[in-house]
Amino acid sequence: MKKLELGIVPIKDIQFASKSEVKDGVCYVNKDDIVNLLKDDENIENIELFIAKPGDSTRIMPVKDVIEPRVKVSGNGAMFPGMIAKVDVVGEGRTNVLRGMGVVTTGKIVAFQEGIIDMSGEGAKYTPFSKLNNLVVKVDTKEDVDKHRREASVRMAGLKTADFIGKLAKDIVAEEVETYETLNVKEGIAKYPELPRVAYVYMLQSQGLMHDTYVYGVDAKQSLSTMIYPTEVMDGAIVSGNCVSACDKNTTYHHLNNPVIKALFAEHGKTINFVGVIITNENVYLADKMRSSDWASKLCDFLGVDGAIVSEEGFGNPDTDLIMNCKKITAKGIKTVIITDEYAGQDGKSQSLADADASADAVVTGGNANMVIKIGPMDTVIGYPEVADIIAGGTAGSLKADGSIEAELQVITGATNEIGFNKFSAR
Amino acid sequence: MLKCVHYINQFFAGIGGEEKADVKPELRKGVVGPGSALNAQFKGEAEVVATVICGDSYFNENEKEALKTILDMIKSENPDFVVCGPAFNAGRYGVACGTVANAVKEELGLPVVTGMYEENPGADMFKTKVYIVPTKNNAAGMGEAVAWMAPLALKLAKGEEIGVSSKEHYMPNGVRTNFFDDKIGAERAVDMLIAKLQGKPFTTEYPMPSFDRVEPGKAITDMAHARIALVTSGGIVPKGNPDHIESSNAQKYGGYNIEGVDTLDSEHYETAHGGYDPSYANENPNRVVPLDVVRDMIKDGEIGSLHPYFYTTVGNGTAVASAKKYGEEIGKKLVDDHVDAVILTST
Amino acid sequence: MVKNIEKYGIPVVHVCTVTPISMTVGANRIVPAIAIPHPLGNPKLSADEEKVLRRNIVEKALKALETPVDKQTIFE
Repeated sequence: MKKLELGIVPIKDIQFASKSEVKDGVCYVNKDDIVNLLKDDENIENIELFIAKPGDSTRIMPVKDVIEPRVKVSGNGAMFPGMIAKVDVVGEGRTNVLRGMGVVTTGKIVAFQEGIIDMSGEGAKYTPFSKLNNLVVKVDTKEDVDKHRREASVRMAGLKTADFIGKLAKDIVAEEVETYETLNVKEGIAKYPELPRVAYVYMLQSQGLMHDTYVYGVDAKQSLSTMIYPTEVMDGAIVSGNCVSACDKNTTYHHLNNPVIKALFAEHGKTINFVGVIITNENVYLADKMRSSDWASKLCDFLGVDGAIVSEEGFGNPDTDLIMNCKKITAKGIKTVIITDEYAGQDGKSQSLADADASADAVVTGGNANMVIKIGPMDTVIGYPEVADIIAGGTAGSLKADGSIEAELQVITGATNEIGFNKFSAR
Repeated sequence: MLKCVHYINQFFAGIGGEEKADVKPELRKGVVGPGSALNAQFKGEAEVVATVICGDSYFNENEKEALKTILDMIKSENPDFVVCGPAFNAGRYGVACGTVANAVKEELGLPVVTGMYEENPGADMFKTKVYIVPTKNNAAGMGEAVAWMAPLALKLAKGEEIGVSSKEHYMPNGVRTNFFDDKIGAERAVDMLIAKLQGKPFTTEYPMPSFDRVEPGKAITDMAHARIALVTSGGIVPKGNPDHIESSNAQKYGGYNIEGVDTLDSEHYETAHGGYDPSYANENPNRVVPLDVVRDMIKDGEIGSLHPYFYTTVGNGTAVASAKKYGEEIGKKLVDDHVDAVILTST
Repeated sequence: MVKNIEKYGIPVVHVCTVTPISMTVGANRIVPAIAIPHPLGNPKLSADEEKVLRRNIVEKALKALETPVDKQTIFE
């Protein structure tokens, strides 16, 4: 059994100041504190900090990760176990959440899967992060640092910064407290004998550089499918290592605020008994795909669930992992709903998924990522606008002379998210 | 006021049932049968000025002739838009409604709406071509059907933007349209799961497609004299990606001359693919396009010869329609060069 | 792409890792590859060993092209 309280600390503004603190809903940041925190990493050459607020004429690109600052107030362990904190079980006690704020990392491009956040205008409609007060950490690594180490350095810089900011709110008494509780199998059956048992099958990208996810510090590709308490996810047990492919990969912010977990908790004890989360990966070897989907369906069976929601991350070959999971879980007599997004072509007329099966008769979609959008020029661009021509969804000439960008929706961070974060969809 | 012409069959015109199904097309001024329900739903914005009636058997047995007469009749009224049916589950009537609606759209260029039951054969034949409102399987659903068909027809006639199928209530027509839904995806998923668990009806947001098939090409009998071509969706390109093939949803493919090239080395080639960790392919592009071993096998006499170009695109979020087009174009070049077989590699 | 080349009557062998997708989209001759980022290679092997591995896969692909099929076939 695990019970976690989230203490909500609303953040209405971020300002640079001589002292780092959180006071009266404002996060004050002393830039030197962050620079000192990050400069020990010998791969890093330069660190710059910016603030981007909702409505600003500001574009951030290429965006790697977005993280919500949180801090453990009580209970075992600390945030981001295995990455920042020592490995120790999290997910109980109380955690303070700096709601309304994000730490966004940017820097020179590592690979194609990086995105754009616009704080106003057309592009802002599609990304949830335009609604946050963002502390943008721009990290540039030394020239001779290879891609994998560059990715790791920027990833860790984001997590360290979020951890530092989170700790500023450790002693603040939260305005509002949300409580989440998961019983063990025996207790759950005893308490809700009549309710259908439901699990969440949480697929994690695990295909190498820019496509990785870490669970308690373990690269998800090296793990068999396993179980995790939903509250562990809220305490940073799952961290994005993919620097965020723009539209449909999960940032650390998404993991911390997984809306499927939240929506299942909202019905827990009323219409369903939400028994827990099964995490499974999306690897590059077919044998892994088969083994992981076998395992995910076996765990569903083992938990005795009646229903499952399966969410995908990414697209293309992971569509097969999604379909395999759906097929195998359905074959155990379990009712299944899957969440995906679509690549139906710019005209919307093509096949949306790379794979298909009749068992996938209940599909929720985050929209067609191939839709072309035009986003106007911004007064401020934090990062490197020229990558618009090469990131996934861009094309040669995407970046116009006036600074506007014409590209597929793919380029917008979080636009067609597949854990159902957005209202955006397609029919 | 906008002018509407309504197409119905002999049964709804009150002429008769099966025994009268052979009546020829007829034009009557004003409303006939269900036209009055349509008129009521137009709420003063439009009016049924004429009704075209045709027997279902006559239409299906004399399609070409019947269609021409019907189109002429519709045209003679100079309408702003056309409504056909609804046909409910009447098979021949559904096919007639779909055929007429499609011709009205294609040949007369007029906005048109029809309605029928989802299992009506006319639905599968025409739902990607014209707007079809799903109806009940019998005429008891007339009121409901007309209440959806009329506003959709008015919107089309006024040239307004048509929203997604789930909002405007037409059958998904194969064109995926983005929009902002009322709830976030996670909540929609939980709602859908609860409905599924409780055995209540639910509607998937993406119906699974069916894929077409082609006849397998004939097996090669003499590989030692066969001409082979290499094609990949793994995005291997000359260094610098000279044609700027997109890292995702590629809008083009490239063909690159490899005459005299024995291996795709990392100095001259790389991947433009944005869907996988590029380190391995960049280190040795032969891992994606096996030119090195194919050259060896030609030397060893196992393969006859190699087509002088390799073709490449990025199969990452790339629309199936694009892939199809590239396949057709590449295939044509291969036929022209008398290529016998293709090795196509994917990542 | 596979299908639209094969429409011309030229046999195509699809060498790919995710054979289920290949089955779904309708390739007729399918040869499984090693992994998505290196379908015809394995960075863990020495250069020579890797080339042997690659040749084996291409040989399997040729065998597939030499084999008459009347339905979708995976050549394991």
